[in-house]
Amino acid sequence: MKKTIITVVGKDTVGIIAKVCTYLAGNDINILDISQTIVQDYFNMMMIVDANKSSKSFGDMAVELDKIGEEIGVKITCQHEDIFNKMHRI
Amino acid sequence: MINMFEVNETNKMIEQENLDVRTITLGISLLDCIDSDLEELNRKIYEKITTTAKDLVKVGNEIEKEYGIPVVNKRISVTPISLIGAAACKTIDDFVTIAKTLDKAAVEVGVNLLGGYSALVSKGMTASDELLIRSIPKALATTERVCSSVNLGSTKTGINMDAVRLMGEILLETAEMTKEIDSVSCMKLVVFCNAPDDNPFMAGAFHGVTEADAIINVGVSGPGVVKTALSKVRGESFEVLCETIKRTAFKVTRVGQLVAQEASKRLSVPFGIVDLSLAPTPAIGDSVADILCEIGLEYAGAPGTTAALALLNDQVKKGGVMASSYVGGLSGAFIPVSEDQGMIDAVLAGALTLEKLEAMTCVCSVGLDMIAIPGSTKATTISGIIADEMAIGMINQKTTAVRIIPVIGKDVGETVEFGGLFGYAPIMPVNQFSCDAFVNRKGRIPAPIHSFKN
Repeated sequence: MKKTIITVVGKDTVGIIAKVCTYLAGNDINILDISQTIVQDYFNMMMIVDANKSSKSFGDMAVELDKIGEEIGVKITCQHEDIFNKMHRI
Repeated sequence: MINMFEVNETNKMIEQENLDVRTITLGISLLDCIDSDLEELNRKIYEKITTTAKDLVKVGNEIEKEYGIPVVNKRISVTPISLIGAAACKTIDDFVTIAKTLDKAAVEVGVNLLGGYSALVSKGMTASDELLIRSIPKALATTERVCSSVNLGSTKTGINMDAVRLMGEILLETAEMTKEIDSVSCMKLVVFCNAPDDNPFMAGAFHGVTEADAIINVGVSGPGVVKTALSKVRGESFEVLCETIKRTAFKVTRVGQLVAQEASKRLSVPFGIVDLSLAPTPAIGDSVADILCEIGLEYAGAPGTTAALALLNDQVKKGGVMASSYVGGLSGAFIPVSEDQGMIDAVLAGALTLEKLEAMTCVCSVGLDMIAIPGSTKATTISGIIADEMAIGMINQKTTAVRIIPVIGKDVGETVEFGGLFGYAPIMPVNQFSCDAFVNRKGRIPAPIHSFKN
């Protein structure tokens, strides 16, 4: 099962997690893990999700999340987990 | 499971430190296209390239999107054309038709450069090799995306000085043909000693005859990542310095390995090698010279530069070699002048000369690269510079190359603009003393004693 890593970085505001989670739930994307911190007013979140049951293609999901990010003033990035596993695990 | 710290580290490398996959290069053998009929040969070449590479750009873009890592260039290398055209080409213009076919195929599949308009003449030249070499100026002037390379020597064969002499003239002729646009054709022409068969980087990429029908080679790059990592260990010992370079090179190369495997799977083409390279671009922070400064030099070219570069090159290899199942190509730090803002600054400051660059090529992965010299430089002097560089490669059993641009109509003190990834370069002074009598001798320099290992 390929997992997807979603990162959200930007100025903290009300409802960031809600917006992202609503989108994910609406598209049958299951959240496996969330970690989140705030450093000097900057919101920093990483989600590990399973998008295999979603009808959306990876490309569409990335574009739509990017758009949501723009609306709430944060940067949302989607990447396959492999790039991180390769780099940080032997 | 992956944690937030690791994710942020990777994304910071990509977003702020210019980590990217510099090129996915698809090597394609054209040996099965050989035909004695020129028209038929051209047709077969066009068909083979456009069929084999039809999904290359699409797959490159998909990988870029899914992993969030820029794949800057998608390129093609082909079997040296002097071999492919030997049966059909009787004149220079016959060879130029093949160059035009390659150009057309490159446009059709959407790659920005295609390498392999090449001849391998390290010991001797066939009639076809010589014809191809003589066609290079016209081929490069009438095409946009074709790159040319000539292998002039090797540790096993010695140096073909007849070809070295000829290449001095060809380089000037190539410069002359595009003199209205600062002799830019010379950027697409490189000469080698010990040219690797699987180099993914241009202008010197070609698909060696020992390779499979098609193969994926990947070149990674991350000078900015190494520099940032080193900025955190200022003043520490050499042990710490070397460990830091190794760790960083490992991480960078792992990304290359991942991209190479994915591209290979999606294109159903076997994975060849990852080229562990630090390839700079003119972008700020994407500079090998800046790494040398971070190691402790005021400018690249200061005393200590060769030692610092030797250390850097070796640690990049040590870190990278474990990260990939197959490594090859040029593998190491590139030191082009025009493509590296830190090198340009060093030349402008008077810290870096052609002679120091030559010394640096003894310990780095390539050679004299993207160096602009006065257009009034004599052909024999250019051949002398080439011969020196070939000798360094031959004796040290390593790849060396020369890609210099004699800019017609310009002299020391002026600057030449190549555009985009190729950057700009101040014209560097060349030693004015003659080597005519040396270069005009006929024949070849014998292979060195340490090549006899049987």
